[in-house]
Amino acid sequence: MTLQLDFGAVLERWPSLLEGALLTLQLAVIATLVGGAIGGLAAVGRRSRSAAVSRLCEVYVEAIRNTPLLVQIFLVYFGLASLGFRFSAFAVAALALTINVGAYTSEIVRAGLDAIPRGQIEAAEGLALSRAQIYRHVVLLPAIERVYPALTSQFVLLMLASSVTSQISAEELTAVANYIQSDTYRAFETYIVVAVIYLVLSLVMRAGFWGLGLVLFPRRRRLGTPL
Amino acid sequence: MSGSLNLNHLLFLGQGALWTVGLSLIALLGGGLVGFLVALCRISPSRAVRVLSGAYVQLIQGTPLLVIMFLTYFGLPPLGITVSPLAAAGASLTIYVGAYLGEIWRGSIESVPRPQWEAAEGLALSRTQRMAKVILPQAFRIATPPTVGFMVQIVKNTSLASVVGFVELARAGQIINNSLFEPFLIYAIVAIVYFALCFPLSRLSQRLERRGARGRTTLMPA
Repeated sequence: MTLQLDFGAVLERWPSLLEGALLTLQLAVIATLVGGAIGGLAAVGRRSRSAAVSRLCEVYVEAIRNTPLLVQIFLVYFGLASLGFRFSAFAVAALALTINVGAYTSEIVRAGLDAIPRGQIEAAEGLALSRAQIYRHVVLLPAIERVYPALTSQFVLLMLASSVTSQISAEELTAVANYIQSDTYRAFETYIVVAVIYLVLSLVMRAGFWGLGLVLFPRRRRLGTPL
Repeated sequence: MSGSLNLNHLLFLGQGALWTVGLSLIALLGGGLVGFLVALCRISPSRAVRVLSGAYVQLIQGTPLLVIMFLTYFGLPPLGITVSPLAAAGASLTIYVGAYLGEIWRGSIESVPRPQWEAAEGLALSRTQRMAKVILPQAFRIATPPTVGFMVQIVKNTSLASVVGFVELARAGQIINNSLFEPFLIYAIVAIVYFALCFPLSRLSQRLERRGARGRTTLMPA
């Protein structure tokens, strides 16, 4: 058998590839926004004075971080179905990814919160800021600023991990690749093309987060240093 | 056609769990070897070697493991190279883990304090001697907690070997579910087994990290 690569048959299907890539991005954006918010809440919840709340947040984070995404997706997919709920594969995929990334975000934000010096909070109290003001201006935002690079890496990893949702036939990029390769019998070429698309998507996301960081954290831009 | 969960099913899951452990060890050893080479290449004096190894890391870290699995398992046979599910899963995990461990270990090597490098040079140690006798032993201590932490990722990522038909824990769960159709129960059991494998590693990594932080503060007054 001679080694002959033919990318034409795969590239011909660019409309479906584009559609798959857009769906992958959609999943990533939804999970990043909602999961990011859940993660922030869980990080604050773990520092709650109520032992029950803090324990609950810990169980959520540890349960998610110590089991594979694939199994989580199956549990959500079949779990919802057995409870009688019918959702599209896309909705289930978005839900599972959101729950997943929330736990990872929580751990990262928690590290940022732990790095805020106690004296800064006391200074804010001395300036008679309210509890909400302190949380917003002195604790949460500076904490997120500190861990922003780690957060963005996590969100890029999430985008790549969304490929796993092809296993419950959410029609994202990897699922599209599976259709194309079974149609064209050009498995090698298909997956090479798809790998390149993922690479481009991750570069686009990194660039986007870099730009967003400049807008969100002007202090960092002015000082030119990460705190 | 459907029965209930019995001892045979649990034994089958246990066997799958053993393969999960086995595959994790293969990935750790293979990926560790590749990662060590990558880490050394990334700090090589030769620019070409640095750029090449950097490109490898960027390429793998920008691609999902699932696509690497499909590429080796479905992509190679049409080119005339047949691979078994175990070989495909092992090779994919090795390539993937190598890129991540390479980056973790490069960071560890580079975070050995600068004066240590200079002192070794001042003592007229060769490059190899300096690495083997001064830098790597210290880098090893720094690298241990994040490496143990990454082993959790390895164990979880072996679940993706199920997509190429390798019967590890996740695949074993799928197979049993196909005959019993009790997805919630079976995947809950599977999740608990993964948790039992991963949680001790997570905790160990956290404890090592705390101990390491304590050790470093006493070592470096600044």
